[in-house]
Amino acid sequence: MGDGASALGPVAQHYLLEARQIQALSFAVHIPLVCFGIALPAMVVCVEWLHVRTGDPLYRVLARRWTRIMAALFAVGVITGTILSFEMGLLWPNFTATFGGVFGLGFAIEGFSFFIEAIFIGIYVYGWNRLSPRAHLLSALPIVVAGFAGSLMVVSVNAWMQHPSGFRLVHGHTVDVDPWKALFDNSFLWHELIHMYVAGYIVTGFLLAAPYAIGRLRGRWGRYERTALAIPLSIAALASPVQLLVGDWAARVVASAQPIKLAAIEGLAKTTKGASEHLLGWYSHGRIDFGIAIPKLLSLLAFHNPNATVVGLDTVAPDLRPPVNVVRVSFQLMVGIGTLLVLLAAVYLWIRVRRGRLPTSALFYWCAAAAGPLSVVALICGWTVTEVGRQPWVVYHVMLTSQAVTGAHGIPVGYGTLVAVYLLVGIGVVWCLRRLALVPLESLVAQGERG
Amino acid sequence: MHLYDAPAVFVLVGAALYVVLGGADFGAALWQLLAGGGERGERLREHAHRSMAPVWEANHVWLIFILTITWTAYPVAFGSIASTLAVPLFIAAVGIIFRGATYALRSAEPTGRQRRLIDTGFSISSIIAPFALGAAIGAIAARRVPVGNAAGALFSSWLNPIAVLVGVLAVAFGGYLAAVYLAADAVRSGDRDLEDAFRARALIAGVIAGGVAAAGLIVLASDAHHLYRRLVEGPGLPALLLSVVAGVATLWLVWARRFREARWCAALAVAAVIAGWGLAQQPLILPRLTLARAAAGHDTLVAVIVVVLGGAIILLPSLALLFRLALTGRLDDSQDASSRVPSATERALGSPGGLFARAAAACLIAGFGLLTIADAAWAHAVGVTCLFGFVITGYVAIAPHRIAGDSRPAPPDQRWAP
Ligand code: HDD
Ligand code: HEM
Ligand code: HEM
Repeated sequence: MGDGASALGPVAQHYLLEARQIQALSFAVHIPLVCFGIALPAMVVCVEWLHVRTGDPLYRVLARRWTRIMAALFAVGVITGTILSFEMGLLWPNFTATFGGVFGLGFAIEGFSFFIEAIFIGIYVYGWNRLSPRAHLLSALPIVVAGFAGSLMVVSVNAWMQHPSGFRLVHGHTVDVDPWKALFDNSFLWHELIHMYVAGYIVTGFLLAAPYAIGRLRGRWGRYERTALAIPLSIAALASPVQLLVGDWAARVVASAQPIKLAAIEGLAKTTKGASEHLLGWYSHGRIDFGIAIPKLLSLLAFHNPNATVVGLDTVAPDLRPPVNVVRVSFQLMVGIGTLLVLLAAVYLWIRVRRGRLPTSALFYWCAAAAGPLSVVALICGWTVTEVGRQPWVVYHVMLTSQAVTGAHGIPVGYGTLVAVYLLVGIGVVWCLRRLALVPLESLVAQGERG
Repeated sequence: MHLYDAPAVFVLVGAALYVVLGGADFGAALWQLLAGGGERGERLREHAHRSMAPVWEANHVWLIFILTITWTAYPVAFGSIASTLAVPLFIAAVGIIFRGATYALRSAEPTGRQRRLIDTGFSISSIIAPFALGAAIGAIAARRVPVGNAAGALFSSWLNPIAVLVGVLAVAFGGYLAAVYLAADAVRSGDRDLEDAFRARALIAGVIAGGVAAAGLIVLASDAHHLYRRLVEGPGLPALLLSVVAGVATLWLVWARRFREARWCAALAVAAVIAGWGLAQQPLILPRLTLARAAAGHDTLVAVIVVVLGGAIILLPSLALLFRLALTGRLDDSQDASSRVPSATERALGSPGGLFARAAAACLIAGFGLLTIADAAWAHAVGVTCLFGFVITGYVAIAPHRIAGDSRPAPPDQRWAP
């Protein structure tokens, strides 16, 4: 599509790999926080609504407590997102200079949804005492909507990078740009959006339930704890099977739009008719060692035809292939964890339907506690598949990552600083959440009854 | 005005609002640092914290707005600026991280040493961030950012008299605005002592900010004569005059304790400086790069204008609501507010019954068929809708609050002591 030129011209950057790692690190910090921005408002609203309906102060205490968590995590989400915005220029100025006119609109619209989110979070968090219950409840709805709209916008940019359209590149300058078509008329957008959005609910649900599951193992199991566990756990349990189906859909879109990424995901060295699927194992020298092969399954899953031909890595030059094991192991981890989450969800739902109660075995609560961190691992792995699987392209088949990078010196210094900063912030957030959890319930109940 | 000017106007308006609103949030932190010790210092800090808590996140988004509009409408300029000014921008970013993080930490209501540590980190990062952002603007004004990927000098581009002065000016403006706003907020809370404290600070900061601005003009005259001329003789002059008049008027209003008017007037004085810079800077954004040449294609510009104007329809009423609530004290987190929550009538929630469970199962099966087996795009759309239907009906069927109410406590033998 392009002729290899770019708006700012070529540079030599010795630290491309470090630049990519900075980007990856910053995302790995932002994305889990964002999940709370996507899903927590909806959960808090559910609980507050229960309070308005029943007048039971327990729900108010719970909603207020989660509101504090929401406020703290939102603030950290905002700043980590701001870093990402800076990095679009600090790390990848040539990418932004060349294609800002094509994809930038998505971020511009996203800016407005951030406005709405930030404004109503301010009103919701600080309006608990002074607004009427109904007005307060209503003030949360824009947050929920903006969480979805924001994800749509930012994912539309990512989907465009994966499957670019809506422009032509002439001597490094984009012409005939149609930003609406580029962002929204894109077959790659929808599975990414839904998969990410559902992931937000899964991660938030399991993470929020985890401390109460641990509490139960330690013997804290009043009605408050049971409610606080059951609500997020139910949501995550319902979302898990959905995620499996959406993920399978994602894989089929990848198979048709980015065959080389699929080949990396599966470790398929040669184009094969009726390709088999390998579970586990390690890719080396063009084959999967120690894996379990299931004949023809890959062709069936990817193309709904057991004899379909699946494109292999050999169709492109070695320097245009992504690093296979990073992509493949990440994928296997995500799918493995996703499957375990579905099993956990099935147990939970089964006990609910058959026995009409919460599970009683300690094992279940061990698993529920582990599900939170594991779902974050699946989240990061999913994005690693998507982003590393796109390599070496930043804009798929249009611009190489090495063309996008900054020519500025000092990337390692920035890298080291950022690692230290994120470590400090991480320690701070953990400290803050622990402290919030230690606020005695009685003091919140007292506030709840007074105001 | 041309099509390619419109996004620049948006960016300038965004910049003015960011300085006037977000800048004041940074400035509030400056006063926290200078509040002094003891119980009174603690009260000043608490007042500054409470005033900005509900609004700082919304105010911060103006920065995101500026960045995204710039890289969409003038991508080459953005790439050149961000790569040459990588150092001040990175410093600003780190400052912003610490500021936001320490803000979040404060919500955990720390005490004693931890509290002081957090407050100090908060204040220092709140000085660094506006300084670095200001220095970046100063570097652009001083024409030290050529077009290209990191084509300018990494340090001398922004470590020069003009850039440093603009950085200092950014900090001073923030402190000045914050003092005026905080005095006005103190009136609302009816605390005369706080009011006096911030009134005095507003007067001092006003004089300092005015002095720094005047010094800036002198430095411009020697180091960036082009900009100076366009500011004092060319298109920037009206804005410059407006700023001086509004600045003096603010001092008088603060002196007379007419804080409500002072708030607007102070904001006007600062916004006029930004407008003046914008007017004096154009038509060149960067050396040899005019707005016209920097602008993205026609369709992109139209799209940006549509989005900003359309977005404004939603944004402005929302902002108005936020500030009305904040300025009338309805977001003050006071604990003694009267309760308007219905008393515990314990209305039982209706039983969900098996109907929802069956609907959920049907949705899941339909979703599987349409999303996983079928191949058409419309089928996928309906399938995804069914799956969302599964989650919602499933949630109603589970009725988690009911099972939580019904389930019994854990038998003692399953308790696990650490
Ligand atoms: C809680 C998190 C989570 C879970 C349990 C799963 N995924 Fe996932 N996956 C993600 C979270 C995620 C994500 C949010 O991280 C990604 C990155 C990009 C995207 O759209 O979603 C992703 C990407 C992603 C991609 C790449 C899409 C692309 O490149 O555009 C595929 C093929 C799958 N997933 C497939 C699956 C399958 C078959 C799963 C079966 C269980 C699964 N995922 C579970
Ligand atoms: C899949 C990817 C992403 C999703 C789903 C996402 C979603 C969100 C959400 C929901 C928020 C609200 C804050 C919160 O809840 O904590 C947020 C904040 C933010 N994100 Fe992301 N984001 C993603 C990636 C990015 C990228 C790539 C950028 C920039 C290049 C970015 C920039 C920002 C910024 C600037 C904020 C702060 C907004 C504010 O001031 O309120 N995000 N993001
Ligand atoms: C949704 C919007 C997103 C945008 C616009 C975006 C953009 C980018 C860009 C510009 C790069 C650098 C160029 C490159 O290495 O190809 C990159 C790399 C990367 N991103 Fe994303 N990204 C997004 C979402 C995410 C998320 C949510 C993650 C989560 C972890 C992520 C993980 C990574 C990783 C791991 C790399 C480095 C790839 C490598 O080193 O091989 N990305 N992304």
